[in-house]
Amino acid sequence: MSFRTLPAALATLLLGAAIGLTACEDDDQPSTVTTGKINFEFENVVGSQALVIGDAYSTLAGEQITVSKFNYILSNFQFTKTDGTVWAEPESYHLVKQSDTNSRKFAIEGVPFDTYTKVTFTIGVDSARNMAGAQTGALAPNNDMYWGWVSGYIFLKLEGTSPQSTSNGVYSYHVGGFRKPYVSMRTVSPALPTGVASLQVTASQSPELHLKADVQRVFAGPHPVSLRQMSGTGHGADSSGVKLAINYAAGMFRIDHVHNGD
Amino acid sequence: MFSLAAATALLVAACKPDKDVEQAFPAPTPLTLARPQDFPAIVPMPADNPLTEEGVALGRMLFYEKKLSGDGTISCGSCHQQSKAFTDGRARAIGVGGQQHARGSMALINMAWEQDFTWDGAHTKLEQQARTPLENPVEMHQSLATSVTKLQATNNYPKLFGRAFGSSRITEENVLKALAQFERTLVSSNSRYDKAKRGESYLLPNELQGKQLMGHATTFVRGAECQHCHDTELFSGPTHTFFNNGLDLPPFTDPGRGGITGVAFERGMFKAPTLRNIALTDPYMHDGRFKTLEEVLDQYSEHVQISPNLDPQLVNSPNDPSKKIMLTAAEKQKIIAFLHTLTDSTFITDPRFSDPNP
Repeated sequence: MSFRTLPAALATLLLGAAIGLTACEDDDQPSTVTTGKINFEFENVVGSQALVIGDAYSTLAGEQITVSKFNYILSNFQFTKTDGTVWAEPESYHLVKQSDTNSRKFAIEGVPFDTYTKVTFTIGVDSARNMAGAQTGALAPNNDMYWGWVSGYIFLKLEGTSPQSTSNGVYSYHVGGFRKPYVSMRTVSPALPTGVASLQVTASQSPELHLKADVQRVFAGPHPVSLRQMSGTGHGADSSGVKLAINYAAGMFRIDHVHNGD
Repeated sequence: MFSLAAATALLVAACKPDKDVEQAFPAPTPLTLARPQDFPAIVPMPADNPLTEEGVALGRMLFYEKKLSGDGTISCGSCHQQSKAFTDGRARAIGVGGQQHARGSMALINMAWEQDFTWDGAHTKLEQQARTPLENPVEMHQSLATSVTKLQATNNYPKLFGRAFGSSRITEENVLKALAQFERTLVSSNSRYDKAKRGESYLLPNELQGKQLMGHATTFVRGAECQHCHDTELFSGPTHTFFNNGLDLPPFTDPGRGGITGVAFERGMFKAPTLRNIALTDPYMHDGRFKTLEEVLDQYSEHVQISPNLDPQLVNSPNDPSKKIMLTAAEKQKIIAFLHTLTDSTFITDPRFSDPNP
């Protein structure tokens, strides 16, 4: 290559230097960051015991169960500030699977520096996304949580065995449905634990919320479920699924403790 | 002025990867994998192994290369034959010296959408998976290091690696990358079922009824519950999900997924393979115990063994008071008729997937 004029040559060299610098630098972000993150960790439990796949537990009604699968989709996380305004996570869909340790921990990023007093999220997937067909990420159709175009997503799956079940000793609860009359999305705002007034998100503080999800609360609540009578839901929205959704919305999720993360 | 130029040269030089290769190769030609209608998103390919024409062509050569086996008698293509949707027709695979593997060769179909490889999901990345069959004493039984030495000594391979990866110095990593690239191109989306969806063909009434029967049973609709495990348009097991399908009772001869995770509950669980081209991939199950689809349907319908590890869908059906799936003979035939519509004759004859040196 030959340069016809010195300025052109210089320009090329300078450009080269710029590219060289950009490619080499492990560039740190400038100090204008105004958002942080809130970390979530979900621990699935049965009453006071940690959930272990295959172990035997009792429901609150005294029936025996094991759990072979426990998956749920959480979406539309929102955080309420002290002034009452709300910050909502965009594209907020998180799939939690008991069988996948990594799925039980995630961070919500881009949270504006502020003080938050309430956490709200939906168990399930909003109807807009249900009707938009299969998505990607947490909503990928091959995540074991999708019925199809018409029926949409499965919001919660709980499967296992129970000697009380009249279906060969097994049960399988699949909850979903976003169309009337079987609407199973439920939005919950579990309270911050006693002694934790607020969550501070700052440059040096990323709170970590440790939530417990209690399998017993799927069977108990406004519509107590007996494995003798109900060993399965329909696969697709139905009244059985809605009953389970009402149950688990009434207290399955509890914020057990919060680390300030500073 | 001069110092600026010198500084620039230094900066640029400092960034360049070491090039100890004698010959410069042009950059390979990028290749795009199309996403067939209604398929899930393609699993993001590794940033350091994008699909290229040269990489795929090399992978195809390697796939059919017998030099990669210890005694030079078999290649990947020996157990993964295109005419059988990349299976071998055997109950259990046969490696060098006639040694028999504990499991059957899996079909290689739509690998670009999969994240769990082999029956027990031992691998989650294609770039790692191939090392196992290449080196396993009961499969091809040759270390990748030896394979690299043998390939480097040939006339053609150093040049082909150069074109694909920019260096004629062959590495184990690049052998695996090329094989992964070729495997990702093995897309089957041209069965009569696919054509019918595109309006290019049609399904017969019994085939459509068979499709319907693949689904969930309710109090009003009968179903065989197939699609819990053979899910989406891939007709394949959900990501990172394994199932016990009631073939045996504990203790399981083959630990399956439990052999990987060490979790007792996961013993006897396996990946649900794709049903695409299933009529071509007999015999069935991880150990090839069933010769025909009729035997498979009989198993799921009536002979599921109930253990705590069993997927509950198989014995929680409203079809029958026994809660087993209990299909009628006519229903089984309809499902089998539908399964035959998933045979993709284009896939098994596509020259791009065949042995380049037959």
